[in-house]
Amino acid sequence: MGAWFSENGLLIGLALLDGLANAALIFMVAVGLNLVFGVLRIVNVAHGSLFAIGAYAAASLGLFLASLGLPPALGFAALVVAAALVGGILGPLIERLLLRRIYDQEQVLQLLVTFALFMILEDVQKLVWGVQPILQDAPMKLLGTVEVPFGEDTIPFTAYQLFLLPGVAVATLVGLAWFLRRTLTGRVIVAVTTDKEAAMAMGIDAAKVTLLTFTCGAALAALGGALASPTTSLVPGIGAQTIVLSFAVVATAGLGQIEGAAISALMIGLGRSIAVYLAPEFEVVVPYLIMVAVLLVRPQGLFGVPETRRV
Amino acid sequence: MSTTVTAPARRVAPIGEALLALLGIAAVILAAWAVPWLKFVLTVALAKGIAVLGILLLLRAGQVSFGHSMFLAIGAYTVAFLAPALPEALLLLPLGAAIAGLFGLVIGLFVVRYRDIFFGMLNLALSMVLYSLLEKLYDLTKGTDGIRVSGLRFAGMTPDLPTQEWVTFGLALGLALLFGLLVRAYLGSPMGQALAGIKTRETRLEFMGVSARRVLLSAYVMSAAMGGIAGTLVAMTSRHVTPQLAYWTSSGELVFIAILGGAGSALGPFLGATAFELVRVYAAAAVADAWQMILGAVLLLVILFAPGGLWGILAGRLGRRR
Repeated sequence: MGAWFSENGLLIGLALLDGLANAALIFMVAVGLNLVFGVLRIVNVAHGSLFAIGAYAAASLGLFLASLGLPPALGFAALVVAAALVGGILGPLIERLLLRRIYDQEQVLQLLVTFALFMILEDVQKLVWGVQPILQDAPMKLLGTVEVPFGEDTIPFTAYQLFLLPGVAVATLVGLAWFLRRTLTGRVIVAVTTDKEAAMAMGIDAAKVTLLTFTCGAALAALGGALASPTTSLVPGIGAQTIVLSFAVVATAGLGQIEGAAISALMIGLGRSIAVYLAPEFEVVVPYLIMVAVLLVRPQGLFGVPETRRV
Repeated sequence: MSTTVTAPARRVAPIGEALLALLGIAAVILAAWAVPWLKFVLTVALAKGIAVLGILLLLRAGQVSFGHSMFLAIGAYTVAFLAPALPEALLLLPLGAAIAGLFGLVIGLFVVRYRDIFFGMLNLALSMVLYSLLEKLYDLTKGTDGIRVSGLRFAGMTPDLPTQEWVTFGLALGLALLFGLLVRAYLGSPMGQALAGIKTRETRLEFMGVSARRVLLSAYVMSAAMGGIAGTLVAMTSRHVTPQLAYWTSSGELVFIAILGGAGSALGPFLGATAFELVRVYAAAAVADAWQMILGAVLLLVILFAPGGLWGILAGRLGRRR
C-alpha cells in the first residue's frame, strides 16, 4: 500500500479535487432540471442547450469586455450577467410560446417538444458562435492557484475550481432551500409542485408560478454553463453531453429532490474523476453505471418517493 | 389527457391500408429507379422505419425509449465485427437481429420494471454506456473513426456496387413489408391489446391475471430485434459504422420519426422515416448549418398542429372521402 500510495496518492488527491469542482457544476444544471420537473412535470431535454448558450454568452461577454480594455475582474460580472440574460430572456420565451401549449399533452409528446427545441437551439448556438472552440479563462487565471496540502506533498489547484465553484453550488443549495421553505413565493412553488389543483383552488396563479419556476431553472442552467466556461474550451456538443449527465444525476437522486441532487451530483462527479485516473476508458460510463446500480435497488431514486399505483 | 399518439382520429379500412402500402412500395421503387442517389436515402429510411416499428410497439404501451438506437448500433456492429469472417449478408441479417434481441432480453428484464420517465431515462443511460464503450475501446472498435464494412456477399455472390445497392434496397423493402405486417398482426392480437392496457390502467390488467411486465418484455425484445435488423441494413448501406449510431440524439430521432409518421398504423413509421430522411438531405443541402433547426421546427409543427402525424393527416383525408 505504502509504495502504491506514494505513487498514486497525489493522483487520487487531484481526482478528489477535480470531482468536487465537477460535481458543483453538474449540480447547478441538475437542480434546475429538477426544479422545473417539480412544477411543470416535464423533463426538459433542452435544459442542456441553456447550459451551452449560457457558457457561450459568458465567454463572448467576457472577451468583449476584455477587448474594451476594462479590468479583468469584470469577467466575473460577465458570468453572472450572461446567465441572467440567457435565463431571463430565453426562459420566459420558451415557457410562454412553447411549453404552455403542451401541458395537457401526453408525456411522450412533451418530451419530444423539448427534444425539438434542443435541436433548434443546438443549431442556433452553432450559427451564432460557430464551431471553432472558444476559450475565455481570464476569471480562472485571475484567482490563481492554491497549493492544497495532501499528506506530505501539496497539489496545485486553481482557486476558481477549489473555492468559487463549490462555493456557488453550496450557496445555490442553501439559498434554494431557504427560498422554497421560508419565503411566500417559494412556498407557493412547493404548493404547486405538491398538488397543482388544490393550490389553484386556494387562489394561486399557477401560470405565473410555472413561468417563474421555468425562468429560475433556465437561469440556473445558464449560470452552470457560465461558471463552467472559464474551465474548458467551448465546442458544439457540450449541451448534449451535459443534459444526459444531469439526467443521470436527477434519476439517481429521485425526481424533484433538491438536496438529493446535491448528493448524487457529488457521487457522480467524484466517481467520474476517480475513473479518469484509474480507468480512463470508463470515465464516461461511470455516471450511468451509478445510476443503473441505484435504480436497481431503489427504483424511485435515492430520495424519491414511490408513487401509489392507480386502480 | 389526450390520447393522440395511440388512437388515430379515423380508422382506415384494411383494404385502404393495403392499397396505400402498395402505392407506397411503387412510389419508393419508382423514386429509387428515377433518381439513383435517392436509393441510398430510401434504403436508410426503410431500415430506420423498421426500427421505428419497434418504437411504435412500446408507444402503444405508453412507454418511450430514449435509447433505442443502441439496438440499431448492436446490429450495425454485428455486421462490422463479423463481416471479415462471415461476409454472407443473408446470414448477417438474422444474426444481427438475434444478437440485438438477446441484448433486448437481458436489458428488457431490467427496464420493464420501470415506467414513463424512468423507463425512458434508463434506456438512455444504457445506450450511453454502449456509446461510450464503442467510442473508448479503440483497439476493438477503432473509436470514433468507425469500422468500414466491405466484401459483403449475397447468397454466395459478390455483385458489383450498383447491383449490391439494388439488392440491399430490395432486402430493406421486403423486410419492411414483412415486419410491417408482423407488427400489424401483433397489435391486433391479445398480446397487442394487453400492451395498450399497460397504458390505460396497468393495475386492471394485472387484476385479470395478465403480467404487465411479461407483456412489455415480449414487445421490448421484438422491438430490440427490429432495431438489430435495421442496424444491419444501415451498416450494409452506408458500409461504415460509427459509435454515433448509439448516441442519444440518434435515439431521439427514432422517436421523432415515430411521432412524425404517426402511431396509428404500421405504415406511419415508413411515412415518417422517408419524410425525415428527405427533409434531412434537402435541408442539409440547402442550409448546411441549420438542417437540425429545420427538422426541429418540423417536429414542433407536427406535434402542435397534426398530433396524429403524417398518417393521421392521410387517414383523415381517406376517412372523409368514404
